[in-house]
Amino acid sequence: MSDAVAESRHDSHVYHHFVDAHQQFDASKMGMWIFLGTEILFFGGLFAAYIIFRSWYPQAFIDGSNALDKLVGGADTLDLILSSLTMALAIHSIQTNKQKLTIIYLGITFVLGAFFIGSHIMEWLDNFSHGMYPGSAYAFKGISDSHAYVFFSLYYLMTGLHGIHVLVGMGLMVWLMVKTKRGRFSSEYFTPVEITGLYWHLVDIFWIFLLPLFYLVA
Amino acid sequence: MLDKISRFFLPPAKSTFAPSVDNLFSFITLVSIIMLIGITVAMIYFIIKYRKRSDNDVTSLVDHNNALEVTWSIIPLGLILIVFSWGFRDYIRMFTPPPDAYEINVTAQQWLWKFTYANGKSSVGKLYVPQNRPVRLVMKSKDVIHSFFVPDFRIKHDVLPDRYTDVWFQAPDTGRSQIFCTQYCGTGHSNMLGTVIVQTNNQFEKWLKQGAGGKPSGMSLADYGKQLYGSQGCKACHSTDGSKIVGPTWKGIYGSKVALSDGKTVTVNENYIRESILNPGAQIVKGFPNVMPTFQGQLNNDQIDAIIAYIKSLK
Amino acid sequence: METAAAANRKTVTMKVRRYVMPEHSELNYLNQEKGIKSWLLTRDHKRIGLMYFFTGAIVFFVAGLIALTIRLELWTPAKTIIDAHTYNELFTLHGTLMIFFFLVPAVPGILGNFFIPLQIGAKDVAFPRLNLLSYYLYLTGIIFTVVTILTHGVDTGWTFYAPYSIKSTTAVIPMTTGIFITGFSSILTGLNFIVTIHKLRAPGLTWGKFPLFVWGIYATSIIQILATPVLAITLALLIMERLLHVGIFNPALGGDPVLYEHFFWFYSHPAVYIMIVPGFGIIADLIATFSHKRLFGYWFVAISTLAIAFLGFLVWGHHMFVAGQSMIASIVFSLLTFMIGIPTGIKIFNWLATMYKGSVRLKVPMLYALSFIFLFSIGGFTGVMLGALSVDVQLHATYYVVAHFHYVMFGGMVIALLGGIHFWWPKMFGKMYSETMARISWFLIFVGFNVTFFPQFILGAKGMPRRYYNYLPQFQPLHQLSTVGSWILALGFFIMLGYLLHSLIKGKKAPANPWDARTLEWMTSSPPPTENFSYTPVVIHGPYEYQRPISEFQLGLLSNGEHGGDELEVEAPSGGNSPEMANV
Repeated sequence: MSDAVAESRHDSHVYHHFVDAHQQFDASKMGMWIFLGTEILFFGGLFAAYIIFRSWYPQAFIDGSNALDKLVGGADTLDLILSSLTMALAIHSIQTNKQKLTIIYLGITFVLGAFFIGSHIMEWLDNFSHGMYPGSAYAFKGISDSHAYVFFSLYYLMTGLHGIHVLVGMGLMVWLMVKTKRGRFSSEYFTPVEITGLYWHLVDIFWIFLLPLFYLVA
Repeated sequence: MLDKISRFFLPPAKSTFAPSVDNLFSFITLVSIIMLIGITVAMIYFIIKYRKRSDNDVTSLVDHNNALEVTWSIIPLGLILIVFSWGFRDYIRMFTPPPDAYEINVTAQQWLWKFTYANGKSSVGKLYVPQNRPVRLVMKSKDVIHSFFVPDFRIKHDVLPDRYTDVWFQAPDTGRSQIFCTQYCGTGHSNMLGTVIVQTNNQFEKWLKQGAGGKPSGMSLADYGKQLYGSQGCKACHSTDGSKIVGPTWKGIYGSKVALSDGKTVTVNENYIRESILNPGAQIVKGFPNVMPTFQGQLNNDQIDAIIAYIKSLK
Repeated sequence: METAAAANRKTVTMKVRRYVMPEHSELNYLNQEKGIKSWLLTRDHKRIGLMYFFTGAIVFFVAGLIALTIRLELWTPAKTIIDAHTYNELFTLHGTLMIFFFLVPAVPGILGNFFIPLQIGAKDVAFPRLNLLSYYLYLTGIIFTVVTILTHGVDTGWTFYAPYSIKSTTAVIPMTTGIFITGFSSILTGLNFIVTIHKLRAPGLTWGKFPLFVWGIYATSIIQILATPVLAITLALLIMERLLHVGIFNPALGGDPVLYEHFFWFYSHPAVYIMIVPGFGIIADLIATFSHKRLFGYWFVAISTLAIAFLGFLVWGHHMFVAGQSMIASIVFSLLTFMIGIPTGIKIFNWLATMYKGSVRLKVPMLYALSFIFLFSIGGFTGVMLGALSVDVQLHATYYVVAHFHYVMFGGMVIALLGGIHFWWPKMFGKMYSETMARISWFLIFVGFNVTFFPQFILGAKGMPRRYYNYLPQFQPLHQLSTVGSWILALGFFIMLGYLLHSLIKGKKAPANPWDARTLEWMTSSPPPTENFSYTPVVIHGPYEYQRPISEFQLGLLSNGEHGGDELEVEAPSGGNSPEMANV
């Protein structure tokens, strides 16, 4: 066995059951991709429900969508796309061993996520003030279609579930920042940053689907 | 052979498409038994003939045979396609009612079956049908999903709360057949029974014309009430022997004071019983769920009187 | 020697020598680390496997007691010992515990965790801490269910059909939350195994050299990661419906209860393959080992396993032929359901062919494997019966279905699990059990099982619906026969508990390879040390090469600083997964 392998075996970040850092990195990436696959199936159920109910009550969906604020939806989208960019930049920074820059980019990603959540909370509160509650509490008078509450139920369920995923992502950003500060990551080992990036990109992609489904129904 | 198998496993074939369903059942059973015997005999033969003789037994290195694989894939495939097309053909027949079928409405609710006829007549638990004519049942539930099943006719379909579903059958012979609910629907699921009564055309027409089940002359009021207790579905939820089913037992209840769910107490007299039949949610006995359906429009005043008389007789 | 240099196969030259692990090791994974904390916070896949074993056994025991109670209640048509509401809660609990908390997690959790790393020559699974998390998620789900039982109970049936599950005043939300949490245990375990099998295989262990148990767990893991998230969202939607009345499944609010059925069965049909496919893997390995002969049709058996996993996703509508779906849907689902019979038949025929001209040893694991073939065949044929549209109209929701799924789940999966436990017991605990008592127990279980469930085919065909507390008097004799069968079954299991406990306390020490097998787990001590192997195994033969001496299965890479050894040409695993190879 060559010295390179022997050395990488003893790197502190390689767990004992892996042969070397390369195998560990490979395995971690594969694991994250599989996890993302399960997330797609998870959200997929909700998308299926959306398709079915929209085909049954098309007018309710058109009217409901018009009642939502497209500008806010658009701003949220730009926010998340930007956050994916800063996440990618964070990964690039740690790949080139720039710990301080990594923390900055992670921090910006966190802040953009916080804006997204904040924007959602404001939007939901505004909706509630008009009586647009989910389910049986629905009381908005501005839409004549009797099935509008179905649209809003799905809206809250899907954006709510998505929001939970954003919050988890924000938690991960903080964790990554702390670990980077403690010198845990470098150009030698940055796997958690990379795979968190994969997660964050998927969360962004989900939003890009949610936007037209809820805000842009013509 | 197929006949013997049908008779062993299945109830009597009492509808026009039952024999074909039975033949398919028996065919599959027969083929399965033959294959099972083959597999078992091979297994037992191998474990005896090829049992271990020494620690150094040399076993065959032959580990595949493509011809065999193809054979034992193609033959089952052929059998499967036969079975599939047979089942598919019968299924289409079983769910395509003839256009001139006699229609009866079925309402399922926790825990009774109500049948309503074109002339407005209704019957609880007893489905009267004419002999040897296609009958189509148009079904809907008032609450949860139920399922209408008559084993003798080989018919079954779920009964849904938000849309109509249907089954049809043609029964060549007169007689009675059991109705079951076969989609779990709560506490009284296994009591949600009924009977199909196939009558000659004359008998059926006569029954249809009769009024809403008057008291047979010569029968006492309490006895009539006892008959209604069974036929109107009270039996599913109220016992007469003191045991608790879903609602309060009727034994000894007349004249007693009961506590209500809102804290008040009430004496069980004629008025309370009548109110409980027509507006059951008004005064619920404490400790019992508010699930009793109303019998408004289903029981006339005479029938309510009869039930009260029956309850009085249960000391 | 099979030359790996054939045609297109990549090969690498390595330096190896023979390593012989001690038969027993006084210091092994059970005692190398001591103290309760070392167990509760373990990352050792073997210890985690034992924790699943312990928990799973308790769940099986409780759910089994419930079954005995149900059968006792059914001794007479009307009330025997409990009232209708309690009965409904009990069958709900029996189904939920057995399916979500035993059958789905058991084989992957117990035998998969313990033996996948050993069989592929790895030190552990890819993500040991995630593995521990999986176990605790499983346990948390069970605790939710226990709390539900103790406070209120649920009476909807394990299928939670709407709208009854929306209206029922029982504790639906806590119980479905428990199942939701345990679902994540299943997803993470599946994820872990897929990465482990892809990335952590020993040098030389190509896809064609896996024991079939690895193929079984691999196919199962794929189903777990794809199907379970759909269950999660279904249960989440049901909870939202109850809490917020969102109107998705509740017809009173414009929702569709049949949509619930589609969502539910989209998971729950693949779930039954999660339950049985690992069993297929176990049986293949048992038959090959105890026939002392290569598995016949290795690639047909392996690929048919994947085919069943794939087709399993396309047939959920066969639970709904009379539920209100369109006729076209029913026809398509029926055809696809029949298709699954083909790969299943292929397996059974290949297993039988394995025994032909073999050297059969009728040890207890083999008795279970042979029972599996018989019982699962009955289960499979009756599945074909249920797939036939016209016949299913008669048999759907009757005792015929109850008998069918007990034949495949119990007569299939549980029997396979028992076979696997008896096979691998010496490796897990380093002790042998009493062969005689095990044979008695097997016999009682086999007879008891058939007496319990065969009459139910007749009951169902005659029209007896399922989930019935009361029944018509003409069904009583068959019900009583079935109940007597349940007592015979119970006796068999109690005897099993007895001799297995006895084995742990006073059993004879087990050698490393009591069955003269050739797969890697038998090349290490019984019980294994925590790190599994003291060397990196190198694999040059398939798993069923009994004509080769054991020494050829004990090869390992020369470790750092060693000299000598032999040069060997080894088939490289696809994708060059073994970094050692890249560096040699």
